[in-house]
Amino acid sequence: MKKVYSRPKSLRNVSMHYCPGCGHSIIHRLIAELLDEMNLQDQAICVPPAGCAVLAYNYIDIDMVEAPHGRATAVATGVKRVRPDNLVFSYQGDGDLAAIGTAEALHAANRGEHITVIFVNNAVYGMTGGQMAPTSLIGQKTTTSPHGRTVANEGPPIRVCELMAQLGGPSYLERVSVSSPAGVRKTKAAIKKAFEYQIKKSGFSLVEILSPCPTNWKMDAMASCAWIDEVMAKEFPLGVIKEVQC
Amino acid sequence: MTTKTKQLMYGTHAAGEAAIQAGCTCYFGYPITPQNELPEYMSRRLPEVGGIFIQAESELASINMVLGASVAGARAMTSSSSPGISLKQEGISFMAGMELPAVIVNIMRGGPGLGNIAPAQSDYFQATRGGGHGDYRTPVLAPASVQELADLTFLAFDLADQYRNPVLILGDGMLGQLMEPVVIPVRKKNEALPEKDYILTGAKDRPARLVKSLILDVKEMEDHNWKLHRKYQRIEQNETRWESYRMEDAEMAVIAYGTAARIARGAINRLRKEDENVRIGLIRPITLWPFPAKALRDAVKKTGDFFVFELSAGQMVEDVRLALEGRGKIHFYGRPGGVVPTPAELARSMARHYYQSKRSRKK
Repeated sequence: MKKVYSRPKSLRNVSMHYCPGCGHSIIHRLIAELLDEMNLQDQAICVPPAGCAVLAYNYIDIDMVEAPHGRATAVATGVKRVRPDNLVFSYQGDGDLAAIGTAEALHAANRGEHITVIFVNNAVYGMTGGQMAPTSLIGQKTTTSPHGRTVANEGPPIRVCELMAQLGGPSYLERVSVSSPAGVRKTKAAIKKAFEYQIKKSGFSLVEILSPCPTNWKMDAMASCAWIDEVMAKEFPLGVIKEVQC
Repeated sequence: MTTKTKQLMYGTHAAGEAAIQAGCTCYFGYPITPQNELPEYMSRRLPEVGGIFIQAESELASINMVLGASVAGARAMTSSSSPGISLKQEGISFMAGMELPAVIVNIMRGGPGLGNIAPAQSDYFQATRGGGHGDYRTPVLAPASVQELADLTFLAFDLADQYRNPVLILGDGMLGQLMEPVVIPVRKKNEALPEKDYILTGAKDRPARLVKSLILDVKEMEDHNWKLHRKYQRIEQNETRWESYRMEDAEMAVIAYGTAARIARGAINRLRKEDENVRIGLIRPITLWPFPAKALRDAVKKTGDFFVFELSAGQMVEDVRLALEGRGKIHFYGRPGGVVPTPAELARSMARHYYQSKRSRKK
């Protein structure tokens, strides 16, 4: 019988700490599959965030350096400028990238750093217990917006891809979701494309991934995926937001 | 740029050139007065030697670019002045925890807050006590001339690599903007430095590497803290530096560092010239951490009288008290807020104290 599915070489053989239904484990796996398929495991350097995915280094078997909360793109800039031939990517959540690290992310994008950002948008601060994120939706109840986010008090959610698309530096910005098998396949294709942009030294690339956080959304896994498709994707439209031919 | 020859240079430029000669290939910074001449110099010079210069979007970004360049194996530096150094503390704490080398220059100005842009020494506590969160120390080098700024910049990169730790250079607006003759040191390969076996290059033909400061297990975290502590003890043992001036016959020791020590020298010479019976000397800490406590404890055997002078309301004076452990008599004269007294002004205060002490000694 032919083996058609196995653990990628770049994924360590350990169980993950992520909650059932969490999107991080899917995204980790996609990255590991691509590192294998594109033969990049021995060239890759990842900058994980502060947040649940800080422990990505326990799972993805490549060189990694932690960054202070929000500073991943600044750290990645330093690494990439010194090692231009390595694949350098940051892996960041919405609080990390779109709140505390907005300046670093926008300026790395604007400089057109040849790095890739894997931006996991789950509309909450996951690790700290479900507080409101810059990408939380209007009306969304979190532990710090108990009556629901309002435009009057917190302002509307930030659309990172659209914001970055206004800048001259980014070459490839796409928003995808891991809420369905088709979405997972598109996510893999998007990350692959982003890595290819970097390998060709064609500027800054970012893939925004709408990803479920059932624990903090207080939903089961299926309802979380449905919420992404029916609610979240209305605020954060899927698709290629910016693409400069490389 | 030719080296080995004596040339007239600004302090900031000398620090920049010394860094380049020390093999620094990366500078990341953000404008703030009175240290802008350093990033300006680096923006011009680094591309000439194939290095990397980025004017970052903030102090936070620049220190974290240093972190990234350092973990990738480069000699990297940043510089700023007091308010900007406060912002860099997050990154310095992370690098101390991750044991990453870096050189950070602080050309101090008056504070607190935005303060002013005049020379000051009010960041002593911040520099010598770690500065950011967590239980850590960074060596702090305090040059008193443009030549010494160049020499200590050179040394800072070696110390950073030797101990895998950020190293601070603590100057002030006066030193940064002063022009003096200087000979820039030329790098010889330092064979004693450990191999960088922690840097990230991609896991080719070796297991993947991880550089981090997150240690969730408290026992492991305690072990890491003790490991760092043992390193700091080694630094205290091996790297304490100071200079004694006219201490051979001194009845009173002035303790001052950096620009304040320059003024103190002038004041001492002035008083000794006016009255040949005056016996005042100077102990000048060159490393502020580790503090030359032993030099002070040795001095107290000969003279019980100490005059501490700082361009602050009194910060190093606490280390003097700690070093002397109740022995000796300590007098403090400080000028915070960016005021730089002349040697004549300082001499007046020094003389008053010296002659009063002398009278009480005779009784």
